[in-house]
Amino acid sequence: MKREKTHIIPPAERAFPDLSSGKYLVMWQGPQHPGITGNMSLRLIAEGDTVVDCETHVGYLHRGFEKLMERRLWMQNFPLVCRIAVPEPDFNEYCYATAIEELAGIRIPDKAIWLRTFSLELMRLASFLMWIGGQAGAFGHGTIAQWSVTMRDYVLDLFEELTGGRIYHMYIIPGGVRSDVPQGFFQHVLEVLKIVEKNLDDIELVMFHNAIYKLRAEGLGYIPKEWIDQYGITGPNARAAGVPRDLRKDLGYLAYPKLDFKVILGTKSDAYERSRLRLLEMYQSINLLRQIIDAMPKEGIFKEKLPNPLHWKIPAGETYVAAECTRGEYGFYVVSDGSDKPRRVTVRGPSYTHAISVMERLARGTNIADIAGLMVSLHTYPPEIER
Amino acid sequence: MMNTTAMTLAERYGARDWRDQRADLASVTVDPRSARDALAWLRDFGEYKHLSFATAIDNIERNVFTLTYTLRNQERGHSLMLHCDIDRDKPVMDSIHLLWGQAWTYQREMKEWFGIDFPGSPRVDEEFVLEGWAGPPMMRRDFDSLAYSDATYVERPGRTTNDPAAYMKEKLYPEATE
Repeated sequence: MKREKTHIIPPAERAFPDLSSGKYLVMWQGPQHPGITGNMSLRLIAEGDTVVDCETHVGYLHRGFEKLMERRLWMQNFPLVCRIAVPEPDFNEYCYATAIEELAGIRIPDKAIWLRTFSLELMRLASFLMWIGGQAGAFGHGTIAQWSVTMRDYVLDLFEELTGGRIYHMYIIPGGVRSDVPQGFFQHVLEVLKIVEKNLDDIELVMFHNAIYKLRAEGLGYIPKEWIDQYGITGPNARAAGVPRDLRKDLGYLAYPKLDFKVILGTKSDAYERSRLRLLEMYQSINLLRQIIDAMPKEGIFKEKLPNPLHWKIPAGETYVAAECTRGEYGFYVVSDGSDKPRRVTVRGPSYTHAISVMERLARGTNIADIAGLMVSLHTYPPEIER
Repeated sequence: MMNTTAMTLAERYGARDWRDQRADLASVTVDPRSARDALAWLRDFGEYKHLSFATAIDNIERNVFTLTYTLRNQERGHSLMLHCDIDRDKPVMDSIHLLWGQAWTYQREMKEWFGIDFPGSPRVDEEFVLEGWAGPPMMRRDFDSLAYSDATYVERPGRTTNDPAAYMKEKLYPEATE
């Protein structure tokens, strides 16, 4: 068998500058800062306006979810898991519910498969709308953030209509989903998608053809292709480097194998390419949502009957369930010892590597004014690091 | 291919208990002394190039920590969970930070949360998420977070607490029986 050339990954070179020399400035970006995605800190050391060292500091949102889950019944954990990634909680619900179903040997109805696919894809669109506001804002485009957050609000209205909750839905539960769609709901969805699509056209025109945005984002935060496996990079950050990683295709879960879509790839692998790719994926999500609505079964049950959740014991075993969220591979590793509570739950969030190992390495040599744009271009959520 | 991987791991690294959880997910157990070599072989020859995550489980009944490394073979669409048990009383494990660029962060987390040491791993002794934490490693099974909280922090007056299970039974499922 052929041996890889990169047998050993050398530790990333760090400068360790002499801070007493007076040449350097140490500064903290975050945890409260518009250029930070969530409550996280970057400890930056700058020489002039160039960053020579960066350390990611997390912990501001640590609530001990994984520990708490070991103390609660399987079903009681649903209000917890959705809070692990605030802007897109449904992926947590899906991974956790699917892991339980797999261990308990539960098959979900066909309609639930389609409703879950719909919910996850709508969530993807909402999350990207929030992200693009942050990306534009990091380069001074406040107007786009106003537009996209308004569009996200329309999508949250849809979630409210479907699930009763705007941010946390707890819609995906073991055995299926919590409810069927209300009457006329899909018509509302199609109307909102039309508005969002029009708005994306405007964003594309204003943001992606803007000279300042192009000048600042092009070439920023270049991720070489060989880093993808070395650092466990997934999602749009990998696809922008031309690496076709998309679990919707690779794992073929839920109804994705029945949908017509291609993995969108980039080549330049910089901040501009990553943001352009995400914009295209937003259009793709809209297209997928329309396909899902067309193919959605009109009849049928949306959930299987479950045992009494107060006495529900899951057979002993372990599994790892992953899904493609907006940022890449999102997964739940769940271990059961046969009791009524999880023995161990580990959440695998893509931000873990993107916001720490990758960010720390990319930040070195970057102009300090571009750190916020770089950070947002990696699209990270700190809660999924800290759990 | 999976059988070849299982056979090679068994022959070269004494791997045992290969178990197919799904068509695209399996698990296998190796001795901790062989774990790093087995991981390097899987990465370089077995095409399991992507490290999804690394974590630990406190199997206090057996007095071991079970470390789990989950790798993915992208070409074949298969994931493998490699387990190894280490002594809970002397929790030390070989570092894999030279195999994957993000592995040191998982090891730093396991040091803080379980007290498992990875000598040589970058910044392994630095605080990760628990700034100023003085208690024992919080993910250990024998760490009672509620008792620690009651003993460490002062209860604010005027607040009531419900046992979640009892509250749920009373409010949502009053008719529920065993």
